[in-house]
Amino acid sequence: MTASAPIAASPTASPATLRRLTDGKALPIAIVVASIVLIWYGFTVYLNAPWQIGLYQRAGAEWTASDLVRDTMAQERPVLPAPHQVVAEMWKTTVETRPTSNRSLLNHAWITLSSTLLGFAIGTTLGVLLAVGIVHNRAMDKSVMPWVIASQTIPILAIAPMIIVVLNAIGLSGILPKALISTYLSFFPVVVGMVKGFRSPEAIQLDLMRTYNASRTQTFFRLRWPSALPFLFTSMKVAVAISLVGAIVGELPTGAVAGLGARLLAGSYYGQTIQIWAALFMAAALAAILVALVGLAQRLVMARMGARP
Amino acid sequence: MAPVVEARGLGLTFDTADGPVQALANVDLSVGRGEFVSFIGPSGCGKTTFLRVIADLERPTAGDIRVNGLTPEAARRARAYGYVFQAAGLFPWRTIEKNVALPLEIMGYSSRERQERVARTLDLVNLSGFERKFPWQLSGGMQQRASIARALAFDADLLLMDEPFGALDEIVRDHLNEQLLELWARTNKTICFVTHSIPEAVYLSTRIVVMSPRPGRVTDVIESTLPKERPLDIRETPEFLEIAHRVREGLRAGHADE
Repeated sequence: MTASAPIAASPTASPATLRRLTDGKALPIAIVVASIVLIWYGFTVYLNAPWQIGLYQRAGAEWTASDLVRDTMAQERPVLPAPHQVVAEMWKTTVETRPTSNRSLLNHAWITLSSTLLGFAIGTTLGVLLAVGIVHNRAMDKSVMPWVIASQTIPILAIAPMIIVVLNAIGLSGILPKALISTYLSFFPVVVGMVKGFRSPEAIQLDLMRTYNASRTQTFFRLRWPSALPFLFTSMKVAVAISLVGAIVGELPTGAVAGLGARLLAGSYYGQTIQIWAALFMAAALAAILVALVGLAQRLVMARMGARP
Repeated sequence: MAPVVEARGLGLTFDTADGPVQALANVDLSVGRGEFVSFIGPSGCGKTTFLRVIADLERPTAGDIRVNGLTPEAARRARAYGYVFQAAGLFPWRTIEKNVALPLEIMGYSSRERQERVARTLDLVNLSGFERKFPWQLSGGMQQRASIARALAFDADLLLMDEPFGALDEIVRDHLNEQLLELWARTNKTICFVTHSIPEAVYLSTRIVVMSPRPGRVTDVIESTLPKERPLDIRETPEFLEIAHRVREGLRAGHADE
């Protein structure tokens, strides 16, 4: 993606380098990103123009098309900020601001991240435990799954304020109520994935354990758990991303003063669209990093378990 | 000497959606210590089911069966047999030595004894040097040999083998048959071997049990007159062909009943 610019500019690039770029993913990705940015700029002009034109008319000023294009990309509270405005805002609030300051986007990201991770950890543990119960206990097998599925049909936006209020009433505040909303969302893919994972051993493998007169615990740790690990990582990739969504949603109804959710909310109160978009991009980047980290852990664990390279 | 396996009037009926299916009916059979008994017959004749009953993987619905004088369940709990399945069924996340050590871990052998037994049984199936390989790095024949080593590792006197070489090609199968006989001669185990190949059954066995389907039953039991020492080319001798002919006749007779 980054390497494509020098190629276009430099006529000395060897054919081999060129082929590597066209054969690899870099060029297609660069083209897609460039198109998105281009379309975005188009919409920036289109959506911000009415307000800008109104401004010109009230001032009775003469204006040209190039004035309009320039001014629509430099508004303070645009309907849609231009990409470079968002980048500038992100630069200002991450690099140029002390991370400890409450104006720092990194600070807000960390607050959201910490409750995301806590919620994700609790959710994954809860999901695995429920799956163990469902696989080993007939009563749980019949009774728990419908509730698990029903829990996910309730809109999280409706239930999040209630969770916060109820937990506050019993004296729980701070990071935990937010984390529990992440838990509420993230345990679901883990339960579903792990029930399937724990049931993935072949009949032959289960029969084999039976011929050894292996106990349920032995069968679990030597067969079911290793068989389920690929399912666990796939579930965790989904879980960690929606944990982040849960943490952000959890910050919305609480009037939280910090966190990406609070940043989004404050931005919308004061029409700070640039701030909203910067927070959105930070959330997206965070989600991408988290999913990539789970993917990395998956690769390391699978390599240790002798997966075909 | 008491028989290793003794079945009297054994029957097993599966309840399926299409009504009851009689997988085994009135099977009387006894397998003595040190014998190599093959079970042969068309699919649905109950040969695998019989093996699974011995192993307590299926429960009979009629008659009685004893393994080492015990019920199959008690025999299984006493770890009386090693079972080799149609597929190797190695755990892909374990190396070959860890796969062979699996039953030893479950049965609580010490780590030193595990090492010693794994080395010995891998040597027995000619897999020394492949301890650290993962199953996917081995050919199908080698994987099946590893699974035999796994069944041998805890020194059960009875080896139950369910078409262990069925998925392998002819040349590999010949080779493994030869090795299996050698192993049987060295370890003095009792082997029950399910197959649908006549030459394989005749080449390996001291006794061949011919079975036929609907309901699964024993139609003939043929004692082999071949010597214990069997080079591969014994399969071209008149004696071998004579026994093979009798097995084929037995299979045909079972079919003619229908």
